Amino acid sequence: MARQLRALVKLTWLELKIFVREPLGFIGSVAIPVLLFVGLARAFGPRVMTASRSVPAFGQVLPAFSALFIAMGAVTSLVTIISIYREGGILKRLRATPLGAPVILAAHVVVKLLLTAATLVALTLAGRRVYPIDPAVPLGSFAVAVLFTTWSILSIGFVIASIVPTARFAQPIAALVFYPMIAVSGLFFPVDVLPAPAAALARVLPLTAGASLLNGIWKGEGWLAHGGDVVILAATFVLCTALSSRVFRWE
Amino acid sequence: MDDVSFDVQPGEIFGLIGPNGAGKTTTMECVGGLRAPDRGTIAVLDLDPRRDSRALQQRVGVQLQQAHLQKRIKVWEAVDLWASLYPKTVDGDALLARLGLWDKRDAWFMTLSGGQKQRLFIALALIHDPDVVLLDELTTGLDPQARRAIWDMVRGIRERGKTVLLTTHLMEEAEKLCDRVAIIERGRVVDAGTPAELVRRHCPESTVVLMTGDEGAEAWLRAIPGVDTVDRHGQEFTVRGHDAGLVTRVIQCLAVHHIQVTDFRTVLPTLEDVFLALTGHSIRD
Repeated sequence: MARQLRALVKLTWLELKIFVREPLGFIGSVAIPVLLFVGLARAFGPRVMTASRSVPAFGQVLPAFSALFIAMGAVTSLVTIISIYREGGILKRLRATPLGAPVILAAHVVVKLLLTAATLVALTLAGRRVYPIDPAVPLGSFAVAVLFTTWSILSIGFVIASIVPTARFAQPIAALVFYPMIAVSGLFFPVDVLPAPAAALARVLPLTAGASLLNGIWKGEGWLAHGGDVVILAATFVLCTALSSRVFRWE
Repeated sequence: MDDVSFDVQPGEIFGLIGPNGAGKTTTMECVGGLRAPDRGTIAVLDLDPRRDSRALQQRVGVQLQQAHLQKRIKVWEAVDLWASLYPKTVDGDALLARLGLWDKRDAWFMTLSGGQKQRLFIALALIHDPDVVLLDELTTGLDPQARRAIWDMVRGIRERGKTVLLTTHLMEEAEKLCDRVAIIERGRVVDAGTPAELVRRHCPESTVVLMTGDEGAEAWLRAIPGVDTVDRHGQEFTVRGHDAGLVTRVIQCLAVHHIQVTDFRTVLPTLEDVFLALTGHSIRD
C-alpha cells in the first residue's frame, strides 16, 4: 500500500512535468482560459453591470461558467491523453508493472484536478481588477462545489475514454457530449425557455446541475437549497464509474 | 492457439518463431500473465502467471511489442519510475551505461532512435534483476547494426544467468541468438529444438556450388555417390545431395580428378528452409 502510494505520487509528479513540457497543451488548458476570463470579465463583469442598469446576465454566471468550462477542458484533455496512451500501448506497458490499474488512472485524475485548481487560482489573480470578488462569496464552499462537479464530469470523461476508437476522435467526441450539455445548462439562457420535454431533460443533465450548484454557492445559497443538483451529480458519478469500469479498454 | 506446449530451461535463450499473426505474442502475453488462456496450464518459475502475478512481477521482466512510453518522459525518469515499483532493484545508472544509454539519460523518449527505445525497454525489463526476461519482437524495424547491438545485449542477459524467452519472425535472429526455438504456425507448435537439430531433422540435404572451366567436371560430379542433381550455368555448378558426407566426397572428387576450381562454397539449409519444409510456405508470405 505504501509502495502504491509512493508510486502514485511519483507518477503524478512525472505526469505533471510531462504535461508542462508540451507547450500547446499547457497554453490551451491554463493560459487561454485565463485570457478568456479576463476578456469576458471586461465585457460582462461588475464594472459594466454598475455602469448600466441593464445587467448582462452573463456577468453574474461568469464564475460558474469559468469553473465548469475549465473542468470540461481538463476532462477533455484527460480523455485525449488516455486514448493516446492506449493507442501508443503506454497503458498496456504500465499495466505490465506492479503499478496497478487504479494508480495509473488516479495519477491522471490528480494531475487534472491540480491543473484545474491552478488555472482557477491563476484566473482569480489575473482577473482581480476586472472582476473583484465580493468578500461575501464563500470561496471554500465554492472550491468544494468545483471539486464535486469536476469529479462528476471526470466520470463522464472515463466513459468517453472507454468508447473512443482512436485518439483522433477523443476531442471531437468529448466536444459532442459536453458542448450541447453546457449550451442548455442554464448558463446562457434559462432552462424554462426550452420546450417542456427538452427543459425536463436539460434539468437532469449533470452540467445543468453543476451550473446551478456553482452559481448558487457563489451567490451564497446553501448546499441544502441545491440538494437536487448534488444528487444528480452524485448519481452521474456512480453510473458513469460503474459503466466505465465495465467497458474500459486498456489496449 | 491450439496445443502450444514447450518448456524453457533455466539460463537459455528460447525463441518462439513464426510469421506475423502466428500466435507468438498471444503466447508471450499468456506467459507474462497479461492474458488468460482459455485452457491449459502455464508455469513460470513454478508459479501461475495469472494467480501469482504479484509474486511473478518481481521475478519476471517484460518488454512488450508495440508498447511505448510517454513522448516527453526522460530516459532517467522512466528508469527511476520503474525502479520505484520494485523492492529490490539494480543500479539504474549502471544499467543505462551498460546498455549504452548514458548519454541519453536526459533525452525525451520521443527523440530516441528505434534501437535506443528498444534498449530502454530492455533496461526497464531488467531494472528489478528478474530471473526470467520476456522479449517480444525486440528488433523489428531496426537496421542491421542496431539489431546486432541488441543481440549482444540479449546474450549479455544470458551470461548473467537469466533465462530469456523471446519471439521473432526473423529466422536469422533465431539462428544466431537462440539456444532453442519452437516454430509456431497458425497457433500451433510445429516443432521445437536447437536450430541445428531442426535443420538436420527437416532439411538434411546439402548443396555445393563451385566454379570451374574443366569440361570434364560435370560427368565426374554426377558420378559421386549420393548426388541428386547437378545444375550448370556456364562455369558454375550446383551440386545437391541428401546426406552429410556430400561435401567431403565432392572435395575428394575434385582432388582425385585434379579439377581446378576458382570458387567453392557450401550452402547450408537454414531455419528459413526448415520453416518452408514444415509449413509448405515461406515465412515472408
